[in-house]
Amino acid sequence: MPELGRAALIVCLGLALYAVVAGAIAARQRRQRLAESAQNAVVASFAAALLGAAVLFTALVQNDFSFVYVADHTSRELPLGYTISAFWGGQEGSLLLWLLILTGFSAIAVLLARRSAASLLAWAVPILGGVITFFAFLLVAVSSPFATQAAPADGAGLNPSLQNPYMLAHPPMLYLGFVGLTIPFAFAMGALAARRSDELWIVVTRRWTLVAWTFLGFGQLLGAHWAYVEVGWGGYFAWDPVENAALMPWLAATAFLHSVMIQEKRGMLKIWNVVLVIGAFALALFGTFLTRSGIISSIRSFTESSIGPWFLGFIGIVLAGSILLVLSRLPLLRSKTRLESPVSREASFLYNNLLLVAFCLTILWGVLYPILTEALRGEPVTVGPPYYNFFLKAFGLPLLLLMGIGPLIAWRRASLRGLGRTFAWPTGFALACGVVLVVLGAGSSIPGLVGYTFCAFVLASLVLEFVRGTRARHALGSSSWAGAFSSLVARNRRRYGGYIVHASIVLLAIGVVGSSAYDTIVDQRLRPGDTLSVESYDLRYRGVEDSRGANAQEIRAVVDVSRDGESLGTLRPGKNRYFAEQQVSNEAAIRSDRLNGEDLFLIADQIDPDGTLFLRALVKPLVNLIWIAGFVFLGGAAIALWPDAREQRRLAVRYGRSEALARA
Amino acid sequence: MSPELLLGALLAAAAVVFVAVPFLRAKEPPAPLTPADEALAKAEERDRVLAELKELEFDHRTGKITDEDYRRQVYPLRRQAAALLPSETSKDASEQRFSPPKLPSSRSDG
Repeated sequence: MPELGRAALIVCLGLALYAVVAGAIAARQRRQRLAESAQNAVVASFAAALLGAAVLFTALVQNDFSFVYVADHTSRELPLGYTISAFWGGQEGSLLLWLLILTGFSAIAVLLARRSAASLLAWAVPILGGVITFFAFLLVAVSSPFATQAAPADGAGLNPSLQNPYMLAHPPMLYLGFVGLTIPFAFAMGALAARRSDELWIVVTRRWTLVAWTFLGFGQLLGAHWAYVEVGWGGYFAWDPVENAALMPWLAATAFLHSVMIQEKRGMLKIWNVVLVIGAFALALFGTFLTRSGIISSIRSFTESSIGPWFLGFIGIVLAGSILLVLSRLPLLRSKTRLESPVSREASFLYNNLLLVAFCLTILWGVLYPILTEALRGEPVTVGPPYYNFFLKAFGLPLLLLMGIGPLIAWRRASLRGLGRTFAWPTGFALACGVVLVVLGAGSSIPGLVGYTFCAFVLASLVLEFVRGTRARHALGSSSWAGAFSSLVARNRRRYGGYIVHASIVLLAIGVVGSSAYDTIVDQRLRPGDTLSVESYDLRYRGVEDSRGANAQEIRAVVDVSRDGESLGTLRPGKNRYFAEQQVSNEAAIRSDRLNGEDLFLIADQIDPDGTLFLRALVKPLVNLIWIAGFVFLGGAAIALWPDAREQRRLAVRYGRSEALARA
Repeated sequence: MSPELLLGALLAAAAVVFVAVPFLRAKEPPAPLTPADEALAKAEERDRVLAELKELEFDHRTGKITDEDYRRQVYPLRRQAAALLPSETSKDASEQRFSPPKLPSSRSDG
């Protein structure tokens, strides 16, 4: 079976190489049959990658330990779900997943663009082929998932922290996001290579960017929830380089999704948009490099890593090639229009872009600095959460405010009188909320108070936008208010879907501020029978339970929870001792209050043989809003992604008529 | 040859056939033509101005911009739209140039 996997990957590599060479010749010499053949090669590369993935999947499910990868990442006792998730639990498998998604997305993009953007496809195909070639080459020559050995009796098992249901969805989601950013990059570069200055590449890739951005955003939230429930330190985001690796391309893609609207509405920022697309793709590659090259642990492990130098070389080629292409096409990208006023919708988008990119670069510097210092001085300098938290407040709070300001300002320019009228209600509401919060004691954290006041402003401005829009549509003849509301959203799904995404960011901000600025942490040593009070909760430690699970010994501290004498149930924080992996993991216990979104979070830091427990208890107000925000985010993204038949007709007329004129 | 290698060879053969399918056609089809930059730029600019006009109407209707701001912005936009529309429709649009802007205007795009 491993021979079949290897053969599939070699065929995939051959097809990708053909797509690069034949695609480039076809685009240059305008040879249509050769171009279609190169497109077919991209489509066929998906079939080859799928076969390779099927071989590894079968080996995993059958516990075929003659595959080195299977033996290194699974064991006989590992439950089936986690055996499947081991596909992306190691370097070779996750690279194969990259290739599978990349070829799948590329095949879909090629088949769709054949109908809607045939003239743009010619140069996009060799670029897609180039990226596929790199990953197929890594899997064939550098890091093969099909290496074999004499099968051992059992495997080494999977890292215990990866044995969580979230690991079934979180990594694939992130990969769907990372890889999805390849498509806008390929079409943007294809348009530049073809010397096109029109916006067809934006039309073709708009949905791809939005899909990739949605997967990246939701994937990160799943990862945060995994960290919260599984890693057992009481937080959900630690500014770990692996977490930053996914956040950076998401920030760049967020900036692009906003700035591309300025290009569509005003014909401005063409160079900036291309740079953002290149940046988002390069950061997606860099994210994969960070997580897979070993560079995070040390420079030494990077230099010993099989794929690190290859990745670095490829990122260098992508950046150098893209920048040269942009520089050679600068005259095509110059905008004819200029910003008319610093107080306008497009100006607010521009400020939002500058803040997002500044935040992204700050994170990038925080990730690179320890690596560079280790390379230059021989010892790494740690960049910890205080650095990132400072910039989160410095850039995040103005960004939050801009989310409320942007929708209220008109395009081109806004007069002071108009601004006063539009901003009166949201500003008044936000200030009133701020006063109420001070009275309620929220003044203990100034950033928290400012954050909540800004959240109130954004929510008020969003509600106002929906109310005024619905009223306008009702006045235009919609029979009912519900009809007016649905007509409002249906007529501009991107805008109102975007507003719902903004609402999800507000929910996220409320949850983050509440759980970080107003949380309570208590550490206490307890003997069986001892009690502890945290905020309004009373905890009583009963003793230790010990049981055998499917693949681990489960030790639990039994803690009764009550509030004002009323029992709220029993929590069991503890530890798991994994048999095959010979590792111990923390198993936190969480009680969520559905009414106020608060969590009581218990960590058994240490359980001594005599039953003494070192307990850490955290009360995290509003933390559950973070997870609810994920579903609101998905809802908003789905509305924005929903096809708009009227817009599609308009675009078909625009580009169809132009292509017809070209034929005449 | 092992069955696995045979399957691999079959995959390679199928891929070659699929890639070669376009060459089995008797005649080279015409390459998709890239529309002239000027025509496409004009079409994009026309759509952009019309969208801006709709947006302006809607912003005015929702109270986001004042009557005064609306009047100041709508004239240049209508002139731009009239210049960009095809001749048969530009007549109607150019007539609107000299009519006072309607407050609030016709159907808008929310």
